[in-house]
Amino acid sequence: MNFTLKIWRQKNVAVKGEMISYDVSGISPDSSFFEMLDTLNQKLIMTGGDPVAFDHDCREGICGTCSLYINGRPHGPVKGVTTCQLHMRSFADGETIHIEPWRAKAFPVIRDLIVDRSAFDKIIQAGGYVSVNTGGVPDANTIPVPKEKSEAAMDAAACIGCGACVAACSNAAAMLFIGAKVSHLALLPQGRVEAAKRVQKMVACMDELGFGNCSNTSACEADCPKGISVSNIARMNREFLGAKLFSEKEKVVRVSL
Amino acid sequence: MFLYSSITRKVLMALAGLFLVTFLCVHLGINLMLLKNDGGRAFTEAATFMGTNALIKVFEIVLFAGFSLHIIFGLLVSGQNKGARPTSYAVNNSSDTSPFSKYMFHTGIIVFIFLALHFLDFYFIKIGLVAPPPGIAAHDFYNRTLLLFSTPWYSMLYIFCFIALGIHLNHAIQSAFQTLGWNHGKYMDAVKLLGSAYSFFIAAGFSLVPIFILFFRN
Amino acid sequence: MTRLNARIPEGPVASKWTDYKSSCKLVNPNNKRKLDIIVVGTGLAGASAAASLGELGYKVKVFCYQDSPRRAHSIAAQGGINAAKNYPNDGDSAFRLFYDTIKGGDYRAREANVYRLAQVSNQIIDLCVAQGVPFAREYGGLLANRSFGGAQVSRTFYARGQTGQQLLLGAYSALSRQIALGNVTLFNRRDVLDTVLVDGKARGIITRNLVTGEIERHAAHAVVLASGGYGNVFFLSTNAMGSNVTPAWSAYKKGAMFANPCFTQIHPTCIPVHGDTQSKLTLMSESLRNDGRIWVPRKLSDVEKLRNQSIKPSDIPEEDRDYYLERRYPAFGNLVPRDVASRAAKERCDAGFGVGSTGVAVFLDFADAIKRKGHDTIDALYGNLFQMYEQIVADNPYETPMMIYPAVHYTMGGLWVDYELMTTIPGLFAVGECNFSDHGANRLGASALMQGLADGYFVLPYTIGNYLAAEIHTPRFDTNASEFTLAAQGVADRLKQMKNSGGKESVDHYHRRLGKIMWEYCGMARNDAGLTEALYQITELRHEYVRGVRIPGGLDEYNPELEKACRVADFIELGELMVRDAQQRRESCGGHFRDEYQTSEGEALRNDDKFAYVAAWEYNGGEVAASLHREELQFNEIKLSQRSYK
Ligand SMILES: Cc1cc2nc3c(=O)[nH]c(=O)nc-3n(C[C@H](O)[C@H](O)[C@H](O)COP(=O)(O)OP(=O)(O)OC[C@H]3O[C@@H](n4cnc5c(N)ncnc54)[C@H](O)[C@@H]3O)c2cc1C
Ligand code: HEM
Ligand code: SF4
Ligand code: FES
Repeated sequence: MNFTLKIWRQKNVAVKGEMISYDVSGISPDSSFFEMLDTLNQKLIMTGGDPVAFDHDCREGICGTCSLYINGRPHGPVKGVTTCQLHMRSFADGETIHIEPWRAKAFPVIRDLIVDRSAFDKIIQAGGYVSVNTGGVPDANTIPVPKEKSEAAMDAAACIGCGACVAACSNAAAMLFIGAKVSHLALLPQGRVEAAKRVQKMVACMDELGFGNCSNTSACEADCPKGISVSNIARMNREFLGAKLFSEKEKVVRVSL
Repeated sequence: MFLYSSITRKVLMALAGLFLVTFLCVHLGINLMLLKNDGGRAFTEAATFMGTNALIKVFEIVLFAGFSLHIIFGLLVSGQNKGARPTSYAVNNSSDTSPFSKYMFHTGIIVFIFLALHFLDFYFIKIGLVAPPPGIAAHDFYNRTLLLFSTPWYSMLYIFCFIALGIHLNHAIQSAFQTLGWNHGKYMDAVKLLGSAYSFFIAAGFSLVPIFILFFRN
Repeated sequence: MTRLNARIPEGPVASKWTDYKSSCKLVNPNNKRKLDIIVVGTGLAGASAAASLGELGYKVKVFCYQDSPRRAHSIAAQGGINAAKNYPNDGDSAFRLFYDTIKGGDYRAREANVYRLAQVSNQIIDLCVAQGVPFAREYGGLLANRSFGGAQVSRTFYARGQTGQQLLLGAYSALSRQIALGNVTLFNRRDVLDTVLVDGKARGIITRNLVTGEIERHAAHAVVLASGGYGNVFFLSTNAMGSNVTPAWSAYKKGAMFANPCFTQIHPTCIPVHGDTQSKLTLMSESLRNDGRIWVPRKLSDVEKLRNQSIKPSDIPEEDRDYYLERRYPAFGNLVPRDVASRAAKERCDAGFGVGSTGVAVFLDFADAIKRKGHDTIDALYGNLFQMYEQIVADNPYETPMMIYPAVHYTMGGLWVDYELMTTIPGLFAVGECNFSDHGANRLGASALMQGLADGYFVLPYTIGNYLAAEIHTPRFDTNASEFTLAAQGVADRLKQMKNSGGKESVDHYHRRLGKIMWEYCGMARNDAGLTEALYQITELRHEYVRGVRIPGGLDEYNPELEKACRVADFIELGELMVRDAQQRRESCGGHFRDEYQTSEGEALRNDDKFAYVAAWEYNGGEVAASLHREELQFNEIKLSQRSYK
């Protein structure tokens, strides 16, 4: 198969970038999208050009590293898959394919198609955990968890942190990502304990980082490779409201030694 | 209040929005009285009641606050959303979502322009800010309405604005439920359906009046 | 001659770890704050170690090459994690888990370490549940278990097909909490390129900032390597594209011994290679073998017809199919262990009976199972795997048999460590897949996740304290010291040299060639002549690489080709060591199969008298061959026996 590629090229975060056109030919329909880009890069290297930089690692749809915006859709035209799971048979021979990086203020472009998603790590650092230390925890079966709850928690926990939700959202909002994490932990008794605190800290951090607001367009859900549902956003809103309205002011307890 | 978190802002917007949604229902009820062939008695009665009752007076203030809140936050939120993506894509997003949801700002603005007109034509006259057209008393909403709606371009504009409002509401009602966290697997489809039905009902109901006046009166 | 002392505590195996914990030296909280620890890697082993050490109060710096610690390749593990909880009441115990792991590893692992692993396994599950890992549950709300290869009990905990992901997210969240508290500092998008020794002790590392290209120096009182496995030496493997041996290799070159490098695990059920541009292989869960039947055509003429697509697999009548596993191993059939299944597939393909366009694949057929159990049952069990297969191959497994072939999956070898997980360099520890410790010559399913987390959460936090207790008077280090300058200069020079080699071929070109050599001669079956040939070819390749590689772009910018160039250079050297190791081990055991050493039925033949040892290699500089040290393995608890699956 042959393709014309229009790819965003940008040297680093400080300079301007532009869309550049490339041709690739002789691509097997069975090869993956990245193998097609590998082919382009091999060609560029051999001819003294500069290979296109893109993020990828596991190439099996689980690490969440890959992040291409292809023909107007994060992770391309196939529903429920990551960029690395796309195959060229999903495109028409001779097609022109536009490839861009995720676009969001909170995700600056580092080079070509690579963006900096450390904002997501910061949000998790703000509270996306259960505050337990290694050791000294009760036996795993001490607290039974209803199967439906744990399955719902697992549904939310399946998020791979790729950022496609932000890329798809017309407001570059990160609500699906955060909603998934808040839901995952809020649904489990282990995470319930500090649920009120968690959701407030994570939302505050999200606002600080410059993500947009949620307009409930559901573009995130439509393009999430893991099918994370927007009902998780509703659950987060509920958690947040409850926390804001009903949580007690935190008292500062001084411990004298 | 500008320091509120994004979710709080949206919640306030949604609450104000839902409040306006209920108000629309009341307003539509009054408007539909125009269709009654009684020389405008029922309509004028209702309008007078609305204009004089003390409780309604308070309600008016709340309504005004509701509009302001909704609009101010609407602008704020939209501005922030624009800012969250400083560089836009070369190829526009083509995810399969409801297209209406992406034009809330635009439909909102149309509704806002309409509101401005509406205020100019009715409310400002009522409170004496603007002089009524010759031959019509400041409180005679009935004849004022008839006059306006017999102008085809005005009626068209009116209908256009209500189609925009219908579109706004089509997404807005289910969106407000989602914002307030009232999302449940079992009921969400019903909420969406009722929301769409309601917005159709509002748009159609309001549009009925000018259509009726234009084509079926005299 | 041996410098190896595993420092295994005295006493009966069951109480060694308890005794150790109650007698090892401790560091008091005030002193912990003054001690720095570097952790390289944020997989299960690295993230759990860094988080736990941060909780204890040490100042930790953690490194990964990905943009986020959550993306370490542990995320890809599907099947599950073992623990001796005995929740199903089927007779499990720490001893049984220990026994199965030693036996599964074909008696080439150290008893004391494996026993400890079995002992702490339960605590891992407790902790993960407390962190909010959504393990599968029964309707009563308690945890579910499933069985996995190589065990007669159900002891595997799982979270759908995403166990590794959920465990890693648990460890990542604990790590994130410590980062927020300021106990751990994260350095992402960093390539660790060298280990720095001061007065013979590990005191720091040299990294390259992958975004800016800057060469950075980091100092600490101890260094922990958790950089994962080296399966990518084969180019094609189920590892992530970036998985590499470089941190471990740099330590090896600084004096840490590398143990059992030739022990690699080849997983039988992976999606076959489709062509020359293939970049990586995808694992299909082993559970497929519970219901799928593996076969190839019996007649070469049918193979031919399949290839030119004049017939479909279903057109081949039953009597013309060779269900070779069922034929050769009537007792275990399609459920023989990984190594046995892999070798049998290779044997058939080598004999020309392979299917698919490339001829290197075998069928995994569900037609019988669908007939027997019904479409819906099969869909419930394997639906998502079938979908994944269809997405990649564009074939529907309900209609036509799947095609599979073995692929490199896990490396049992790694840095040699003692009971305390310390390498032969004082102050340098290795945890997770990058050490050699617990799996002997073959790893059982669901035990790598267990080992990574055991090391990081429950073992290292104790053993590192025992080392650091003597370091409390050592002040923080100045990275301007000559040792750091020298190491940083070395790294910079190496990069410059590669960049300026002026060659013509891409890094991948050489990596592919290396992979071919390794797969051909040091893969599923090895023999002396082949290994000698491999040694020759790799040496050749190494020389060519230095002159022939072309690296575009600059040194001080984001440059993925430069990253790969260092990794491949190390892989080439590692490949050579693997071949040497395979050559010296004149026996077959676990994943290491030597054609010369097999039973009359073609099964692996161990030689316990001569080879019941860990082969640890010491670096002697580039041009002199590495020297072999032996750690003799003592088996006091378990009697050695020959595996049989007939
Ligand atoms: C597809 C697949 C499925 C598996 N399924 C199972 C299973 O079901 N059960 C089971 O028990 N095991 C399974 N395994 C094995 C298991 O997942 C791994 O052995 C284990 O997760 C390794 O963990 P780790 O922490 O040692 O290394 P990794 O998770 O590989 O982490 C390595 C870390 O080191 C960092 N690093 C590496 N090189 C550098 C460098 N040069 N500079 C800086 N940082 C570096 C990386 O950034 C990363 O953070 C599976 C493996 C694969 C590949
Ligand atoms: C009768 C008039 C109106 C009604 C009943 C109404 C109702 C609503 C409701 C219920 C919502 C959903 C809130 C949510 O998503 O949670 C909404 C959203 C919105 N409204 Fe209105 N609205 C009206 C007029 C206006 C006007 C005049 C504007 C002017 C700008 C406006 C701007 C918006 C915007 C921008 C949103 C989307 C906010 C977002 O999600 O990003 N609306 N409206
Ligand atoms: S919610 Fe979906 S799209 Fe967003 S980060 Fe998670 S997996 Fe990616
Ligand atoms: S590269 Fe890991 S999800 Fe795509």
